[in-house]
Amino acid sequence: MNGIHDMGGMHGFGKVPHEEDEPVFHETWEGRVMGIRRSLVKHDIYEPYNFRFSVESLSPAEYLSSSYYERHLRATENAAITKGLITREEMDERMEYFRQNPDALPARREDPKESEQIQQITFMLHPLHRDTGGKPAFHIGDVVRARNINPQGHTRLPRYIRGKAGTVVKYHGNHDSQDIDMDGKTSPPQPIYSVQFDAAELWGTSAEENQLLFIDMWEGYIEPA
Amino acid sequence: MSTEEHHHHDESYAELRTKALESLLVEKGLIATNAIDDVVRTYEQDIGPMNGAKVVAKAWTDPEYKKRLLEEGTSAIAEVGFTGAQGAQIVVLENTGDIHNMVVCTLCSCYPWPVLGLPPSWYKSEAYRSRAVVEPRAVLHDFGLELDPAINVRVWDSNSEIRYMVLPQRPEGTDGMTEEELIPLVNRDSMIGVAVVTPPTLTG
Repeated sequence: MNGIHDMGGMHGFGKVPHEEDEPVFHETWEGRVMGIRRSLVKHDIYEPYNFRFSVESLSPAEYLSSSYYERHLRATENAAITKGLITREEMDERMEYFRQNPDALPARREDPKESEQIQQITFMLHPLHRDTGGKPAFHIGDVVRARNINPQGHTRLPRYIRGKAGTVVKYHGNHDSQDIDMDGKTSPPQPIYSVQFDAAELWGTSAEENQLLFIDMWEGYIEPA
Repeated sequence: MSTEEHHHHDESYAELRTKALESLLVEKGLIATNAIDDVVRTYEQDIGPMNGAKVVAKAWTDPEYKKRLLEEGTSAIAEVGFTGAQGAQIVVLENTGDIHNMVVCTLCSCYPWPVLGLPPSWYKSEAYRSRAVVEPRAVLHDFGLELDPAINVRVWDSNSEIRYMVLPQRPEGTDGMTEEELIPLVNRDSMIGVAVVTPPTLTG
């Protein structure tokens, strides 16, 4: 989707903030969000839409006024409600309870086996390579153009690349397509390439000198230039 | 609730929502409290840039390993013991006297978690995500890094499930140092490509 999350090349966000020795989580709740999100993977709450699309679907105003973990919280909560694990009314009631009882803590449930399963997600290697998806149509050195597509669903082809010409520099094998249309439909695996773009091709005379941009392009994103 | 109100409530509002969400899901038996505790502890203590530093120091001292690392990053990193979520395929980019690589994720905040841990705030900032692809030298200037105009700047937008990590240049004056001694020199930002590794004499 042509959303606010697709920020490459935008102006107006100012200087990059840099915090020395920042903690992994600035607030306790941020870590809880991370843990809840990972724990819910087994309930498939992000199907048919994925977590990323859930974050991107926040309104632009909410997206920009929220921190990384606030976005993850809202996306997780919305997905849990959409999936029917909890209801909006339950959330409202429970928030009211904690508002009135600021010292109250969530109930605890211990399950060592469940933690083991979750730790496996954290540490296990899940290779991206797929045996299906066919032979690569493009080769190293081929000049290609990124297609000008504007899907409403989830895509990994950023706006600043669309319509621009670059050179294939590596074939990475076949990966699952991450695109999801508005009906929740995904596409089969495809060859994926690293494609190099000259900064001047992307930004014209505003480009900095002596710069290249590399981005991964699924085969469906590119055509011969 | 309006956006302004939401922003105004800030952390405490998010904390309230998180508590409500966790308590409901725990009571319904859908998630376990200790599993959440373990995820938090793991990212706070076990998975972080110290992992990537070990990989870098090994590459600096073992030419055969460096070759494997640059050819097949994922398996070479797994040799040192690092695998997992957000690291299914890791490509390692070597910085040299002529080429400076830096990594960004314009669409999200994708980052190689098994070797660098969770991304720092600046990496997730709108400013970095928007600017790194269009004015990398200006961004590096903000980080205090001035590159010679002759150096080719290569920006990698991590838009797919592949994750990128930079192998910074080994600083001069460290020839006699062992792998173990080199590890603490390697800072997180150098493995994203917005900093260099400085020799120990300069860092004090």
